[in-house]
This record gives sequence, C-alpha cells and structure tokens, in this order.
Amino acid sequence: MLKHFNKSPVWVLISSAALILLPFVNDSRSLMIMITQIFILAIFAMSYDLLLGYTGIVSFGHAMFFGIGAYSTGVLLSRFEPTMLWLLVSIAVGMVVAAIVSYFVGLLTLRLSNHFYAMLTLALAGLFLVVAEKWRSLTLGNDGFTFRVPDVMRDRLSFYLICLILMVAVFFFLMRLTNSPMGKVLLAVRENEARTQSLGFKTIHYKLISSVVAGVIASLSGSLYVLSLRFVNTSVFALDVTLDALLMTILGGVGTLIGPIIGAAIIEVSHHWLSELGKSYVIFERWIIFFGILYILAVMFFPKGIVGTVKEIRWKKKRPSKVETNNKNKRIAG
Amino acid sequence: MSILKTQDLTIAFGGQVAVNSINLSIEEKSFTSIIGPNGAGKTTLFNLLSGQLKPTKGSILFKNEDITRLPSTIRTRKGIGRSFQITNVFPNLTVLENVRLAVQSQAGVRYQMIKHFRSYKKMNEEAYYLLEQVMMAKQADALASNLAHGEKRKLEIAMLLALKTELLLLDEPTAGMSLEEVPAILKIIEDIKSSGNRTILLIEHKMDMIMNLSDRIIVLFNGRLLEEGSPQEIMNNETVQNAYLGGLYDDHTA
Repeated sequence: MLKHFNKSPVWVLISSAALILLPFVNDSRSLMIMITQIFILAIFAMSYDLLLGYTGIVSFGHAMFFGIGAYSTGVLLSRFEPTMLWLLVSIAVGMVVAAIVSYFVGLLTLRLSNHFYAMLTLALAGLFLVVAEKWRSLTLGNDGFTFRVPDVMRDRLSFYLICLILMVAVFFFLMRLTNSPMGKVLLAVRENEARTQSLGFKTIHYKLISSVVAGVIASLSGSLYVLSLRFVNTSVFALDVTLDALLMTILGGVGTLIGPIIGAAIIEVSHHWLSELGKSYVIFERWIIFFGILYILAVMFFPKGIVGTVKEIRWKKKRPSKVETNNKNKRIAG
Repeated sequence: MSILKTQDLTIAFGGQVAVNSINLSIEEKSFTSIIGPNGAGKTTLFNLLSGQLKPTKGSILFKNEDITRLPSTIRTRKGIGRSFQITNVFPNLTVLENVRLAVQSQAGVRYQMIKHFRSYKKMNEEAYYLLEQVMMAKQADALASNLAHGEKRKLEIAMLLALKTELLLLDEPTAGMSLEEVPAILKIIEDIKSSGNRTILLIEHKMDMIMNLSDRIIVLFNGRLLEEGSPQEIMNNETVQNAYLGGLYDDHTA
C-alpha cells in the first residue's frame, strides 16, 4: 500500500514547522503580515477548491460567505467588548450564518446545470454587496468601519501562528473529507453527475454538503481577513474576492489541496511585488492586467496548475504508463 | 412471475414518437433480448426503464410497484441497474475507484466523511474481486480515461455487477468492440446468465449471440413492438426478416 502513500501531508507538516520558526529568525514585520495574509487566502482558496476541484461546481458567488464571516466579526466586535469570547462568538456566528445561507442558496440553485448555477451565484453575491452598501446603520456602507480586536490578535506574531494553525487544520480536515467515501462520491459528481445518480447516489445532497462545508470555511477566512485589517467595508463582498480564489486555485492546481495554498502564495507575493514596482514604473500600478495575462497563460499552458503539472511529470517518469503501451501494441497488432 | 411490466409506455420528443405504446412483461430470471434497426427506440426504452427519461404516457411496474415517476437514483436502489451504450465511466478516476463507487452505493456507505476510504477493507476487496471477474485486475490503478474501448465496456459491466441489482439492462455491451474483444464480454454475460439469479434485458445487434443466449426476443421497429417470441419463432418470422433485411425500412423511406 506504500505506493498509494500521499506525500503532501508530510510536506505540509515540514513546511509549517519551518513557517513556525520563520518569525523568530526573520523579524521583518511586513513579511510576517504578508505571510499571514497568504495563510488566510489559502484557507479561502482551499474552500473554493472543494467546490471547483472536488465537486465540479463553478461558483462566482463564493465572496458571499467570505463577506458574511467578515461582517459578523466586524459588527460584533465593534458593538461589543473586543474580548476573546466575543471574537469566538463572532466567528461562530459567521460560520452558522454562512452554513444557513449556503444551504438555502444551494437548495435553490444546485439543481440547475452548471452555467445557470454560476450566473445565479454571481447575482446572489451581487445582492449581498448591495445589501451591505445600503444597510448603512449596520455596515456604514462603502466607507466601512474600523474596530478593536482582542489583544492576543493585536500581536502580529500570535496572529501569524493562529492563522498558520488554522490553515493546517483546514488542510487536514479537507484532506480527510476528500479521502472519505463521501469525498469519492464528490469526485464522481465532478466527473459525471448523471452517472453518479444512476449508481444510486442522490447527488444533490452531496453538492449541498460540499457547498455548506465550503461556505463555512470561507466564512472563517473572512473573519480572519478582517481581523488582520481591523477594518471592514463592502469590498469583502466584491466579485474580485471570488476571482482571486478562482485564480489561486487554477494557478496552484485544481483538485489538489496543496495547489490553492501555493496559488495563494504566488498571487499574494506577486501582488505585493507588482505594487512595489508600481512605485517606479507606472504600468505596474495596473497589476490586475498582469494577473489577467497570468490567468490566460495558466489556462493555456498549465490547465492542471502547478501542482497538477508537477504530479503529471512525476507520474510519467515513475512508470511509462502500462496501459498506453498496451494500447499501442494493440494498435500495431490490429 | 413477471418482474417488470410496462403498460402503454410512450414517449414523444416534440412530434417524434420514439417509443409508442409498448406493453412488456418480463419474467423473473429470464433473459430477454431487444433487437431492431437503428432508431427503433431500443435505447430510449432503456432510458425510460432506468429513469433517465420520463414517459409522456403509460406506466412501468417493477415487482408490482409503480415506478413510473421515480428518479433513476431510487430505481437503482430498488434493483434496476443498467450499462450504457456510450461508455459512461468516470474518466479521471482509477478503474478500481470506478468500481468501488458502485460497491459503495450498494453497501449503503453514502455520507461517511471522516474515516479514510481505505479503511473500508471489505469494499476494496469486493471491488477488486469484481475486477478480477471481468479480467481487469491488472489495470486496477490505471485511469479510466486511458483504457481501450473494450476495457471500458468491461469496466461498465463490473460497475453494473457491483450494484447487485436484480434486473440488469445491458445496452449493446459489445458495441464498437474489435472482434477479438467480443468473446471476453460474451463470457461475462454467459456467466451472469448461468449464475441464474438475475433478470437480464439485452440490446444487441449480433444475432448469433442473441440466438444462443435469449429465452425471449423482442423486436422493436419505429418505436413500436413489432414481434415478441422465442428465438426460433423470431428467426422464422417473415415480418421480422423484412424489417431486418430492409424491406420494411425501404418501404418506409420511399
């Protein structure tokens, strides 16, 4: 059974050990903040990949759940004492609301074919954006508001470690989930939904479970995101948030869990780097153009993403596919 | 006792009546073949029986229960399994995973999301056993998309067997196969038949195969049931011969 052994959890453990040590070795504050941001976005991208890569659902409204988490945390912490208890309550509230919303959104939309689902989630996310803009008594609209966070979270180092732990926890949880019998059915739904149904699985249930789990995890990342900024405004509901997750997932590798993490790192680092360059060369202020080009190149040349491509190369090296050579022989013989 | 009955089963796509008022009665543990020229409505009939399509009119009884409005998922659980004419496996999963999904469905392991799938030893063993039965054990770890056409068909049959349904609907299991691949499939079907506890409905074009295997043969033509009878009766039936030799067909198109 050793040949089935998946090495990625080992790599994650080794690199997270290195990442725990990093802030003690390197005391650059901005680097630490950037890496924290990567952890948070990696959580978000992994939740998106559960939908896109493992269940085959293309959602353009994933920002919805990110925003729900963000606003739950922001609103509760600004209204009540910024203590650890209220922080946990606010994260829990965000998750519960996200679970309920994703359940009903899923119930309404997941029976539709993929294109209509994508369009409808886009519209629903737009709806949340409008509500956040108009409900000024709660959200202060586009201006947003700042809020105080518990002291533990104010410390950049402990926040860094908490985000790292959460990211690793989410990674292992999702790995467990996707390797369970249910996870295999999710893959089957991705591959061929009608066939899965005819095997006797009620696919709508699986899609619902997947979208609720993804929604809850996205809400967690939204909460962490505003904690790092100590500020929230309507941008958390914007389409860009979903598109970022899409880009990270596709760039890193759809259908892998390590992929979104790598994707998040690349996007975040290049974002940082391009904005730095923008100070000297004006063109780089429009860094979004470069992301667009990157996206097109990724889809054209690495449709499986970085992780998928690397895996494929290793796979081919390890064993020149027996099946393929068999087929070749047959063709020659026939 | 009849396990499957249809009454006045009809489906129309727009003005095109694909299956026209068909009354069937399939005996339990029998082997029935369905023949007919292309476009006769054979696969459409299967789609109606397995729930991929809903009839415009008429009803389907399975073990004396009306299943006309039930979705395909429930019909599979009740005991109607089918294979598809166009191979319909999960391309990016391995051969073993494909079969294991069917085993999993049959075992009722549906929503377990914490335990690793490998800890379900019985399921894995059963999937492997089924692959051995269809002579595919060697390719267990290959991706289904890398299989040759004939191997995909065998995989389909393994998945169908895994469901352990009482009624098997086999839609042209040898379609598009090279001649040397056919005997393997034939052997599998013969084995299922001789095990004697399944009811089988088979769509096929290879007449010698049908004549040897079938208890009864049903002939469809233009969505209608043209004839029904034992292989001998069908063999000697003039209308059928005309239909197959092109007589009726030509009249129709002329």
